[in-house]
Amino acid sequence: MPLEFESGIEGIRVQIDKLLDLADRRGIDVSSEVEVLREKLLEISRQTYENLDAMEQVLVARHPQRPYTLDYIDRICTDWIELHGDRAFRDDQAIVGGWARIRGRTVMVIGHQKGRNMKENLDRNFGMPHPEGYRKALRLLKQAEKFGRPVVTLIDTPGAYPGIGAEERGQGEAIATNLREMARLKTPIVSVIIGEGGSGGALALGVTDRILMLEHSVYSVISPEGCSAILWRSSEHREDAATALQLTARHVLDHGVCDEIIPEPVGGAHSDWDSAAAHLEDALDRVLSELVELTTDELLESRWAKYEAIGTWREA
Amino acid sequence: MAWFRKEKKPLKAQNKRDLPADVFEQCPGCGEVLYRERLAKDLRVCSKCGHHLRISAEGYLSILLDAGSLEELDGNLRASDPLEFMDLKAYTNRIVTAESDGSGEAVMTATGRLDGIELAIAAMDFSFIGGSMGSVVGEKIARVSRLALRRCVPLVIISQSGGARMQEGIYSLMQMAKTSTVLARLHEASLPFISVLTNPTTGGITASHSMLGDVNLAEPDALIGFTGPRVIEETIKQELPKGFQRSEFQLEHGMVDLVVDRRDLKKTIALILRHQLAGWPE
Repeated sequence: MPLEFESGIEGIRVQIDKLLDLADRRGIDVSSEVEVLREKLLEISRQTYENLDAMEQVLVARHPQRPYTLDYIDRICTDWIELHGDRAFRDDQAIVGGWARIRGRTVMVIGHQKGRNMKENLDRNFGMPHPEGYRKALRLLKQAEKFGRPVVTLIDTPGAYPGIGAEERGQGEAIATNLREMARLKTPIVSVIIGEGGSGGALALGVTDRILMLEHSVYSVISPEGCSAILWRSSEHREDAATALQLTARHVLDHGVCDEIIPEPVGGAHSDWDSAAAHLEDALDRVLSELVELTTDELLESRWAKYEAIGTWREA
Repeated sequence: MAWFRKEKKPLKAQNKRDLPADVFEQCPGCGEVLYRERLAKDLRVCSKCGHHLRISAEGYLSILLDAGSLEELDGNLRASDPLEFMDLKAYTNRIVTAESDGSGEAVMTATGRLDGIELAIAAMDFSFIGGSMGSVVGEKIARVSRLALRRCVPLVIISQSGGARMQEGIYSLMQMAKTSTVLARLHEASLPFISVLTNPTTGGITASHSMLGDVNLAEPDALIGFTGPRVIEETIKQELPKGFQRSEFQLEHGMVDLVVDRRDLKKTIALILRHQLAGWPE
């Protein structure tokens, strides 16, 4: 299911498939034609993806074929063992977590998990956690601290779930506690926005020593749709809202919140999961190698300094 | 016997009466007409139904701090517009309008004494762009918290806010991390933090400092929640039960320690702080 602005790319893909099919059936050599088309595909993909507007970036970040947390874990981790439950209420499958190794180093990996189809999304709640999801994450953060292992969080959520049960069980408290506890966690911690960085529901896994963003991910205080509804009092201004919010990885880097952008393959992570995962693995390995060299005091002091420095103001 | 029947006139709530506004004020809770003078003496709590009318940041500081002890901090910090944000109105215009009544920002911070106890305090103010938290609110709360840390005194934050200030984009989201980070440091230093939740405390404020008190106190019937009721209703397509996300609901669900009448707020905070840290006068 290509996005609207991908129709040019999709057209060439279809052409290539037809040509290869023809070659198969008639035994003709089409390799030179296919080569030309592949180059054209690369070029048009590059052009399209270099010129995405803000809302298109949001749609890429939400792309239904984009790799999710478990897809990356599959590709960059070994010895993965998923752990479940918050020990208080239930296991929220909108967040997954567990032990794994990245290039031989044991880490705790925690991430939002969206579903790939309707059935999965019933279980995963479209990657929108309830409080018990954040409390499971907290339990695993504390476990990583106990054993002196670094933590990697993969962020990809439209936001924390807005429902009655979530409110009854303290959605606000659960997020707030994670912010505070991540700020004082005595072990290295890295977050990567791999898709949608949806407001407080994303930040609840995002108070970390380094904030990395995949090239086509977004990070925002509110969704363009929500912002449009509140500030424009209409649902029709999501493009304007997306632009105004400056939510692309590039913007978030420029504003000094994101530390590093991880490049995606041409055409976006959804066009080549393996290559996207390889970039992610390289970046994580490099950043973790730096962080494990720091003492706990150095780690905490630089983490505090990082967050306490964010903001702009005038003096009257 | 039709002539025997009384013509029934439908009962109409008399919402609007012509009363001199400088002398009287109507309670939004029960409709009772109250003397302004008496209402002020009652700390703007309705003497008939107990409804807590909204008061300003300054109002809270004068209720809680001992006379003459208030020293305001960072009153000169003003909002800037890092994204040059424009919706139906430019953010800079919203700031100018909000500042025009003399308030500096959506939080006032100070040091002072509460029943003789030295402390650091922040009071948010809904009247300034919905009490929303942007860089200035985050920075002022961070500074007053660090002051508490340096002086080894307790911190009290009174929340009254709709959430993050979305016109400041990612900066406003990160203020949640910022206030929570300084509270983490306070926590590490074993200093008390009392959070007072007033109407309304929602969104990013509930998901950061306001829920992180060693003790969370709520004024009666305040709206307290992460997602606002309108959005929840739109999501689940049903009407929410009465009292949902009000202080008493949050008490029942274990999110706040106590629901406290504004007139008892000062002595309640003093009592808790004496147990936690300040001790008892000889």
